[in-house]
Amino acid sequence: MAYSDKVLDHYSNPRNVGTLDRTDPRVGTGMVGAPECGDVMRLQIKVNEETGIIEDARFKTFGCGSAIASSSLATEWVKGKTLDEALAIRNIDIVNELSLPPVKIHCSVLAEDAIKAAIEDYKKKRQQQKG
Amino acid sequence: MKTPIYMDYHATTPVDPRVLDAMLPYFREKFGNAASRNHAFGWEAEQAVEKARKQIADLIGASPQEIIFTSGATESDNLAIKGVARMYAERGNHIITVATEHKAVLDTCKRLAKSGYEVTYLPVQRDGLIDLDQLKNAITDKTILISVMHANNEIGVLQPIREIGRIARERGVLFHTDATQSVGKVPVNVNDDNIDLMSLSGHKMYGPKGIGALYVRRKNPRVQLAAEMDGGGHERGMRSGTLNVPGIVGLGEACAICQREMAEESVRIAALRDRLKDKLQSELDEIYINGSMEHRLPNNLNISFAYVEGESLMMGMKDVAVSSGSACTSATLEPSYVLRALGVGDDLAHTSIRFGLGRFNTEEEVDYVAARVIEVVKKLRELSPLYEMVKEGVDLKSVQWVKD
Repeated sequence: MAYSDKVLDHYSNPRNVGTLDRTDPRVGTGMVGAPECGDVMRLQIKVNEETGIIEDARFKTFGCGSAIASSSLATEWVKGKTLDEALAIRNIDIVNELSLPPVKIHCSVLAEDAIKAAIEDYKKKRQQQKG
Repeated sequence: MKTPIYMDYHATTPVDPRVLDAMLPYFREKFGNAASRNHAFGWEAEQAVEKARKQIADLIGASPQEIIFTSGATESDNLAIKGVARMYAERGNHIITVATEHKAVLDTCKRLAKSGYEVTYLPVQRDGLIDLDQLKNAITDKTILISVMHANNEIGVLQPIREIGRIARERGVLFHTDATQSVGKVPVNVNDDNIDLMSLSGHKMYGPKGIGALYVRRKNPRVQLAAEMDGGGHERGMRSGTLNVPGIVGLGEACAICQREMAEESVRIAALRDRLKDKLQSELDEIYINGSMEHRLPNNLNISFAYVEGESLMMGMKDVAVSSGSACTSATLEPSYVLRALGVGDDLAHTSIRFGLGRFNTEEEVDYVAARVIEVVKKLRELSPLYEMVKEGVDLKSVQWVKD
């Protein structure tokens, strides 16, 4: 399969690879996919509690090149956004940006799910703190 | 050293220059139809075909009249299995084959199953080999054919065909073997191995694509086939169609070269393969070899690199041509059914890479490939949440995964 230049770029130079402290109340972690399905994405966000803006994002992904590129791109996009803005990111935006072929659309879906899961995790933590 | 490096010899092989040289005159001045009985052009072509038939027969211990030319191993498998099924329909309707066969065998059997045939798919053990007792127990008085491949195309595992052939012979059942990956790489002898039908292909043994052969035993027992292709009655009526003379000449020459050089070549290639294996094992943890190392083609290595998805691994080494059992590389989006049959979990099947070494690989290339694989696996493991979790002591089996 031929990859788009953008997929190749994210694969060769993945942005924001790494791990944030999962116990930090400002950090939300989303992990989606399963090893037997051939892809697992873990996306983490760190939220500034005063401004509500995502200050940092990190990912690690087990999966094909398109899965790696989709999650790398997702971390780039969520940075600097509010939670609501980040929730508005749709998988089709990722498909278009990376020119993913139809068989790789599920990679973009997974990336969208990972963003949502990370935000949900962050919100849950906040609630628990308040409660 | 030139890149990209080809290490996917199970998919196809380059035509040996000596094979091409033998073929070229049959595209140019010697273009006759081997069935033209009345002029020199036809005689010349027929002579070339008969020489090739003998070269093929010599490599596998057959007699030339037992070689039927086809377009390749897929056609040979179809002709053998459907041809026997139809010819011997009155005797029985049961066929035994194996879960790890090539699709050319499995899908042929599936089609027969739709028209009233019973098919038994033998499982394989963890090492990829069948259990001979299971084979014996599967034979009934309705069994007309046992079809078991010699070498597997993904994991290179060699089935005990001699014993299988002996069991088939004792029980009066015909034995077909798809030897596409093994002929010319390891010794095969249709008499010593009790083979009644055998498929082989030109382009897996440094011959051209589009040519193959089916060995059909003529004596003890005499095997008859119902033809698939109707027409001019070529190839003893078993396969009509004008013979592909240049292809046949190429296949013959490829067999002759293999016969002369196989003993030496297999030792050289096995040493390269082992060098690759040793280098990978010394530098990488958590890598798993799929299939028996003992009963295996000299040129095959199939390894799962845990926590690194196969397609992403290949993407990181674009200058190395290998293949993967990962779903992402298959048309069906399912991971390798061969690895599944061995009991390899889908998680590890997604991380498998098949290395197929061959005639034109060098030690320098092996060292380069090993270094590239090691580098990319290490890089991707840095990126892998699974590798990180395992290193932190998490049992991945205990994790609740969110499946889509």
